[in-house]
Amino acid sequence: MTAVPLKKRIPQLLIHLVFVLFSLACIVPLISVLSVSFSNEVDILKNGYSLWPRQFDLNAYTYVLYRPLQLLGAFKVSIIVSVVGTVCAVLFMAGIAYALSRHDYKFKNSLSFYVFFTMLFNGGLVPTYILISNYLHLKNTIWVLILPYLAVPWFILLLRSFMQKIPYHIIESCMIDGASEFRIFFQIVLPLAKPGLATVALFTMLQYWNDWWLSLLYIEEEHLVPLQYMLYRMMNNISFLTSSTNMMPASMKNVVLPSESARMAMAILAAGPMLAVFPFFQKYFVRGLTVGAVKG
Amino acid sequence: MFKLPFLSPSRHFKKNLQLTLLALPAMLIILVFSYVPMGGIFIAFKNINYTDGIVHSPWVGFDNIKFFFTSNDAWLVIRNTLLYNIVFIGVGTFMSVVFAILLNEVLSRKWLKAYQTIFFFPYFFSWIIVAYMAYSFIGPYGVISTWLSKLGYESFDFYSETWIWPILLTLINIWKGLGYVSIIFYAGILGISQEYFEAAEIDGASKLQVIRNITVPLIMPLITIMTLLSIGKIFYSDFGLFFFVPREVGQLFPVTQVIDTYVYRMLKVSGDIGMSSAVGLFQSVMGFIVVLISNYVVRKIDDDNKLF
Repeated sequence: MTAVPLKKRIPQLLIHLVFVLFSLACIVPLISVLSVSFSNEVDILKNGYSLWPRQFDLNAYTYVLYRPLQLLGAFKVSIIVSVVGTVCAVLFMAGIAYALSRHDYKFKNSLSFYVFFTMLFNGGLVPTYILISNYLHLKNTIWVLILPYLAVPWFILLLRSFMQKIPYHIIESCMIDGASEFRIFFQIVLPLAKPGLATVALFTMLQYWNDWWLSLLYIEEEHLVPLQYMLYRMMNNISFLTSSTNMMPASMKNVVLPSESARMAMAILAAGPMLAVFPFFQKYFVRGLTVGAVKG
Repeated sequence: MFKLPFLSPSRHFKKNLQLTLLALPAMLIILVFSYVPMGGIFIAFKNINYTDGIVHSPWVGFDNIKFFFTSNDAWLVIRNTLLYNIVFIGVGTFMSVVFAILLNEVLSRKWLKAYQTIFFFPYFFSWIIVAYMAYSFIGPYGVISTWLSKLGYESFDFYSETWIWPILLTLINIWKGLGYVSIIFYAGILGISQEYFEAAEIDGASKLQVIRNITVPLIMPLITIMTLLSIGKIFYSDFGLFFFVPREVGQLFPVTQVIDTYVYRMLKVSGDIGMSSAVGLFQSVMGFIVVLISNYVVRKIDDDNKLF
């Protein structure tokens, strides 16, 4: 790298300058939220937020975690929905994607139209809402947070292009050996499509973990509120978390209610788990996008 | 052409049956959550009341739609939706292509990896988290207010100034999607055969000439597909961006209300089922028409780039 000629070095520097600036733009907002969550409430009210805590303070976390039942409940809902949803969604979508990837499947064309058409036209919010709440009676159940995302057309098409890359003669020879389609699917195709499955699993998990839409529409009962929806409800009103000062830890009785910083602490707690899994999946993520981008 | 000669007709039947069974769970989900609601679009032509129920409420024809278009809201939400999307598509695509080209010029693998990782960060945050982040900058105690007061300026209340929001929302939207989309284009550039670049180098072409005459034309199909997909959704908006980031401040509605938030508020806040379903239907139909038209246009210009 040291052998870069001078003529190339200046453009290189300019490119790095642009990218470093944008990288900062990506990281700084997180730092600022983090900083506020560790700041002293009185200091915030007096001097405003800063990108580095002027007075390091854990009151926000003490406050948020003091009576953690509600918070733990929200975590529980989010985790159940993300895990159950991702496992089922990947299985369901892999099944239909496998059928679509088979050139010798009789209904290949009609089935891909069936999937693709829903990307072009939909019934709209109101019919869906009425169907789910009045006819399926899924309102205020955990199912409503899981079922609607079990078959996302875009992910199905992505998985299909992954599976089309599996050499057909492998499947063919299995068929000659008399293996059933189920066996080929579970024992041959799924293991071979692992990178694709990992990509879609990450996309799906991200979708479930970050979802506020379904809970915004269909959840009213406290014990079914997932993290993101809880964050939304706290946006204007921190008291949702602990309704009265009686709930504050004794050591904090004389302290200002850390509403500004506690809110940011909640945001950190909600974003944390996804940031933790991000590095493990990142390489799949980029690869998945690359495959999806190639028309197939 | 893929008929397997060694399979008997009964094996073929069995194979198709088993493949259908594998596809069945996803088919059912799509049936229930996508196709059945399509059957409910008749709600838009009814005056729904709770005593008669959905099925027996009286028909009102196009009254709901008419009522929407005679209200002041119609022009406002349609204008906002379309203008924002046009700006997002234009600026977003341009920036993403520029970033992709620049990523391709980065010589150090280590930096390249670091940039790719960091640019993906915003994609991982939900809109609610983004709203919190924005608030930490532009809220009443936000970093920007702090700086302004330090510099001796008067405080600026972002949440009551309408003029700044088109800029803010555009910036935030680009910020969130740039890493994602630019990597798609970057992958497209990586797919270009190296021979083109080598030939250009032998001919002594400058970097800019290479970009203009080789890179951009060769990723044009990809740019077209991505743009077409976005244009197909031009009547839809990112609900989270317009709903959470402006913190539902009513004063900002003139510049933050889009069709999606309008339909949601009509349904959940006002409880006006007829109107919200009429607007939703308008959105679906317009979206469908736009996709068909843009695909038709692309087909005319260049058949290879069409979507279907």
